[in-house]
Amino acid sequence: MDLSSINRSKQDKIFDFFNIALLTLLLIAVMYPLYFVIIASISNPDRIFAGDVWLFPRDITFEGYIRIFQDGKIWTGYKNTIIYTTLGTALNIALTLTAAYALSRQDFYGRTFFMVMFIFTMFFSGGLIPTYLVVKDLGMVNTMWALIIPKAVAVWNIIVARTFFQATIPNEMHEAAKVDGCSNTKFFLKIVLPLSKPIIAVMVLFYAVSHWNSYFDALIYLNDESLYPLQMVLRNILIQNEAAASMVGDLDSFAAQQRIAELIKYGVIIVGSLPLLIVYPFIQKYFVQGVMIGGIKG
Amino acid sequence: MPNPAPLFTKGIEKPPKYHKNRWKLIKQNWELYLFLLPTLVYFLIFHYWPMYGVQIAFRNFSPALGITGSEWVGLEHFIRFFESYNFWTLMYNTLSLSVLQLVITFPLPIIVALMLNQLIFKRYKRFVQTVIYAPHFISVVVLVGMAYVFFSNNGLINNFIMIFGMDSINFLADANWFKPLYVGSSVWQETGWAAIIYLAALAAVNPELHEAAIVDGASKFQRVIHIDIPAILPIMIILLVLSVGNIMNIGFEKAYLLQTPLNQSSSEIIPTYVYKVGLQQAQYSFAAAVGLFNAIINLILLWYVNRIAKRISGQGLW
Repeated sequence: MDLSSINRSKQDKIFDFFNIALLTLLLIAVMYPLYFVIIASISNPDRIFAGDVWLFPRDITFEGYIRIFQDGKIWTGYKNTIIYTTLGTALNIALTLTAAYALSRQDFYGRTFFMVMFIFTMFFSGGLIPTYLVVKDLGMVNTMWALIIPKAVAVWNIIVARTFFQATIPNEMHEAAKVDGCSNTKFFLKIVLPLSKPIIAVMVLFYAVSHWNSYFDALIYLNDESLYPLQMVLRNILIQNEAAASMVGDLDSFAAQQRIAELIKYGVIIVGSLPLLIVYPFIQKYFVQGVMIGGIKG
Repeated sequence: MPNPAPLFTKGIEKPPKYHKNRWKLIKQNWELYLFLLPTLVYFLIFHYWPMYGVQIAFRNFSPALGITGSEWVGLEHFIRFFESYNFWTLMYNTLSLSVLQLVITFPLPIIVALMLNQLIFKRYKRFVQTVIYAPHFISVVVLVGMAYVFFSNNGLINNFIMIFGMDSINFLADANWFKPLYVGSSVWQETGWAAIIYLAALAAVNPELHEAAIVDGASKFQRVIHIDIPAILPIMIILLVLSVGNIMNIGFEKAYLLQTPLNQSSSEIIPTYVYKVGLQQAQYSFAAAVGLFNAIINLILLWYVNRIAKRISGQGLW
């Protein structure tokens, strides 16, 4: 659309000016809080309280990070979250892809029935208490399985993957394979999966992010602190001030403890989000792709 | 495949062909049923079993007796909830927070998408998009943690307020500030991400429409109104129906994390109440009744809004 930039009317120029200005304001509004957390995490807390820290860090100190990494809870949280995310995502992917493929096939008898059955759960559920009782009856309370098995599949992701299969695996391809004596399993493993790398990437990312960020299941199903995922540890530090107290306990005055506790909070925000913020720029295009596939056709 | 002669010529019953095909199809694709089996089992256990278990809302559930062994009490728990002193507060808090959230967070992504779509510098557009998607990947815990440090007495926001010589505000201890904090943080976190879907729809608009409009002398603003908005209208309606249908399922996690003893009068909503009464105080049946009440209102809203959307625009979820 080069046409639009060749002959812009006066009205269009005004429009463009306001458009750029407003989007730039939006950009700053989104970016500044993130930037501020970074500079605050390495600034002297007294200078933050005094309101000296706006654009650059002041009196750079890494004391917050040192205390964070000396604390065992953060490392336990990291370790647990990595385990839950890896196992959980593997299970998610296995179930989502197989189910979505079966449901994508025109000649799969009962597909509408199963789809309706799955989609219905998006709009109605037994609720928190009955679900909790099921997990409890299965003996999963206070085990890592409570964070993995009850979230084995997400309906929305089945819809997205099914749409992808329907759009990219033509029926004729399967017909041809069938004529050659290829079984459904073999066709799925040898033909469908290799052709579906983009959607697999999207699914891995969606599921992995949700496992990484989840804390609610840990809140209701876990009592044992050694099983806590990172988000629970973060919650105790950021919102309940609990673990922060253990990190600053050696400081003499209450005021000094308060100062460092505040610094630790900024550092913990970074430490907790760092893995996602590092991979995010690389995976961004896949996320967008996933939303589009699911959104437009789903 | 040859059609066997129908046995009965009267009526419009299914021809036998279908019957034969069904078994043939199932037999032929038996592996696909194995593919689906784990997911089916998952849904039966973790979604349909709880739906069966929801009957404890009508019983006095005791873990020792089990679901079916517990005594029936009919609507007793519902009546207790309706008559409890905080019923109207909970309803008001849940509904007002949801409506406020919907009214503010629904139109913003549409506006942002329309603006981004008209941005003349393509590189800058990509950069803005990358940045405004990013907060979506921050966890609720970290988001609320950021709200706590920014809005604390010595935080960034109060430092800013004090520059203008005003008194600092204790945002998290003030019930009046709970809703603005809740909705504002959603706007910050999700506006960019929610715009993606509209951007995708806008990318599918036929450029010839715009070219023709330019030839006819339409300004950018006129083209946004007359070409872009109609193009994304179907998606807008679907998303609106979906979000109205989810109105009672307002995010438990964020409300619970943002809740402090001092802002409880406006931050206690039905989901946080269910969690506290049900899991912290172990009143399973009562909490299940409250949860079921919530879910039913939600379902009615979804059904009704879908009907209205279909009548007005011919678009709906089903």
